[in-house]
Amino acid sequence: MINTTLLSNLLAFAPDTHAAADHAVTEIGSGPKWILLIVGLPLLSSILSLVYAIIGNKTKLPAWTTVAAAGTAFLCTVAMYMSFDGTPYTVHAFDWIQVHFGEKSMIANFSFYIDTLTIYWMLFVTGLATCIALYASEYMSHDVGTSYCRFFGAFGLFVFSMACLVMGDNFLMLYLGWEGVGLCSYLLIGYFYKKPEAVAAAKKAFIVNRIGDLGLALGIYLIFVHFGTLEYAVLFSDPTLLSYVESAKTGDFSAIPTIAQWIPLLLMIGAFGKSAQFPLYVWLPDAMEGPTPVSALIHAATMVTAGVYLIARTYPLFLASESALPIVAWIGTITALLAATIGMAQFDIKRIMAYSTVSQLGYMFAGLGVLTPTGGAYHVLTHAFFKALLFLCCGAVMHGFAGQLDLRKLSGLRKVKGWGIVFVGMLFGCLNLAGFPLTAGYFSKDTILAEAFVTPGYSMIGWILLITAGLTAYYTFRVFFRVFMGPVEYHPGDELHDHDHDDHGEEAHHDTNEHGDHHSDHFHPHAPGWAINTVLVILTACSIAATGLYFVGGDKDAHTKHYADTMVSASTASYHSNYGKHAFEYYEKDPEHYPVAGVGPRGNIDKALEMPIVGGDPHKMMYYISGVIGVIGIALAWFLHLFGRTNAAECKMDPIARMFGPIPKLAENKWYVDEIYWAILVSPLRIGSHILHWIDKLLVDGLVNLFGLLPRIFAWIIRPSQSGVLQGYAVSMAGGVAILLLVVFVMVMQGGLS
Amino acid sequence: MDMTHSVQLAQLAFPDAVPSITMAHYLFVSAAMFVMGLIGFMTRKNMIIMFLCTELMFQAAGLALIAFGRHHLGADGQTFVIFVLCVAAAEAAMALALVVLLFRYRETLSSQAWKELNG
Repeated sequence: MINTTLLSNLLAFAPDTHAAADHAVTEIGSGPKWILLIVGLPLLSSILSLVYAIIGNKTKLPAWTTVAAAGTAFLCTVAMYMSFDGTPYTVHAFDWIQVHFGEKSMIANFSFYIDTLTIYWMLFVTGLATCIALYASEYMSHDVGTSYCRFFGAFGLFVFSMACLVMGDNFLMLYLGWEGVGLCSYLLIGYFYKKPEAVAAAKKAFIVNRIGDLGLALGIYLIFVHFGTLEYAVLFSDPTLLSYVESAKTGDFSAIPTIAQWIPLLLMIGAFGKSAQFPLYVWLPDAMEGPTPVSALIHAATMVTAGVYLIARTYPLFLASESALPIVAWIGTITALLAATIGMAQFDIKRIMAYSTVSQLGYMFAGLGVLTPTGGAYHVLTHAFFKALLFLCCGAVMHGFAGQLDLRKLSGLRKVKGWGIVFVGMLFGCLNLAGFPLTAGYFSKDTILAEAFVTPGYSMIGWILLITAGLTAYYTFRVFFRVFMGPVEYHPGDELHDHDHDDHGEEAHHDTNEHGDHHSDHFHPHAPGWAINTVLVILTACSIAATGLYFVGGDKDAHTKHYADTMVSASTASYHSNYGKHAFEYYEKDPEHYPVAGVGPRGNIDKALEMPIVGGDPHKMMYYISGVIGVIGIALAWFLHLFGRTNAAECKMDPIARMFGPIPKLAENKWYVDEIYWAILVSPLRIGSHILHWIDKLLVDGLVNLFGLLPRIFAWIIRPSQSGVLQGYAVSMAGGVAILLLVVFVMVMQGGLS
Repeated sequence: MDMTHSVQLAQLAFPDAVPSITMAHYLFVSAAMFVMGLIGFMTRKNMIIMFLCTELMFQAAGLALIAFGRHHLGADGQTFVIFVLCVAAAEAAMALALVVLLFRYRETLSSQAWKELNG
């Protein structure tokens, strides 16, 4: 459904884009200036952290500054939400780029576009940033000093960049934020810059993202070339674009020029890079080298959803392309399945969470691809809460057990004193991720799954995602049953911050290698403190509350079902079930709004209705099917990883895994995707670079050096004349005079002078 | 007393020995002095001797200037020589001071001891 305000804009400013552009900007109206605080405060906290570093602050001041700034930004976002009356507006900070040439002009101001999608995203971005900054104040307490300032400086800069990305009112602002979050991600992955793995992971993340960013930059360029604007307000009321969407709705893609169909394909590459989709997902698991709060905020909850935001924001552009959305759907599905299979075989709990993030992002992309941006965005929200929660629980374990993340070396933490809150948080996080019935993750996943079955031609995706849901439930509870349940046993990792004698750390490390039962001889895990526990409680509450959002906030007038649907449908990502079963119902109730029964961009509604699942309404049937699959996955994990397990290292799964032959090993080694990339991309590039390096060195540098060498050779020949001996100069001077006289003499003799 | 008068007196006294001193005689003496100074400068290593040789070359040039000045019946040549003498006196003070300093550094007067500024 096209937003009615946009439609009226279409009718009013039909003639040419330029006139429409000017008018639309004045039409959209501007909002109150205090909204700039949402962007400005995190930047201020970042600058203040830098100042603290310069003046050598050795307290937790940077953390409190960041918490205060992010918290105030969150309150401003809530205020922005409360005062929002349904009409999008812009807030102008200052003129940034204004280039005029002939009829056209390129305008990219430093201003912010506020609509429901912006608010929806900013609410959880600033909210989670506040929580995680509070968590990090305790988590990073070992590094108080310059590093602490550096961490919170980058943290504040990240929130600023993310706000620019989400709130910017044009594609250049989006690009600025996009690069900004990439930079902060790089800085924070490489936070432990003395660890070679962290440095390599930071570089990998940055370089893989560059590939995606190239696509985004080209996409933005094409948007400007084709539509002559970069501003959302102008672009999404552009009559050309609206006519494309209308053509797409009737399935007439031949009416849309190829160049316009290329735009989403390029934007998509950017989204795949930032949101870690196949084939550009390889950086995200490695990014877990960064501190855990960073993994939770940037690499699970917010930054990696930027790709989903980009596609949701530019959804009309995606609709106007015949192949874009199917590619998005399939790439998302492939990523979801691939990452889930890898996640099943990992032993590092943070890596498992990383792969599950990749997998869940795949779900979101599949949701966007199967024409339910609502489902995608709702899954973003629920995932942001429960995945941040899961990461923060894993971080608490890592923090308390001296960096231990191997699930074969931890067991039964439930019974260890002081870990109750972490246990409860982890339980709720896992239930959500596994899609246990009546949790938020269950409903958001169901929305995507059901739409995949409802949308004609995508049922295969639905089945694959359903299988993936089962795998997800299995590997999620594999972690939970191994680490938190069963007999108590733990071996510390090799980062004993609290025990200041290093030889002790070495000893403990060797002990674990011998599989001896030395777990609690010397090592005492320290339970999380108030800051970590408070944040875990808040996030647990949020991830439970997110369930409620599925039942409230529906808008009868706008034909939306729940909160996320209402928020997304009122924005540029407006495309709820105009098509599918709901469209049919709406047609029956409201033929004026939906004049053509069930005609959608990719087929006819009648076909969709002919394909019910198990003889019922797909949405309702999916509740049962995915619920059962989730429970089966959990039960399987319980049987294989908890039932009858007597120590941390061994379980019933081991002999079964051996039966599969090399497959578990392949999955543990990530299907050798990194090695394949190394072989087919990195090595040829390296060899090529070496060849070019030598060409540069021999040919180019050789020529330059040759010209530098000639004067040197000449100088080398005449240099001995500068002997430094006084008489030598006298002799050469006298000799010179003598020669001169001789010449004059000869000339006189020959009568030359007269 | 005018130089012409003294020459005339010398001719009166010894008509054979001083047949007629012409411009060429002065220039020959000047050239001889100059070449002696030059050769001395180039061959001797003692810095004081070398310095004396430069003085010799100065005086050779001065003699030639006076001879030419007389030849042209002007006072320019003599004026120049007065200047040259003044400069030479100042320069002698400086140069001797320098030589003393150089001697203090190397305990020798040989100019060969100083050849750092080579290519």
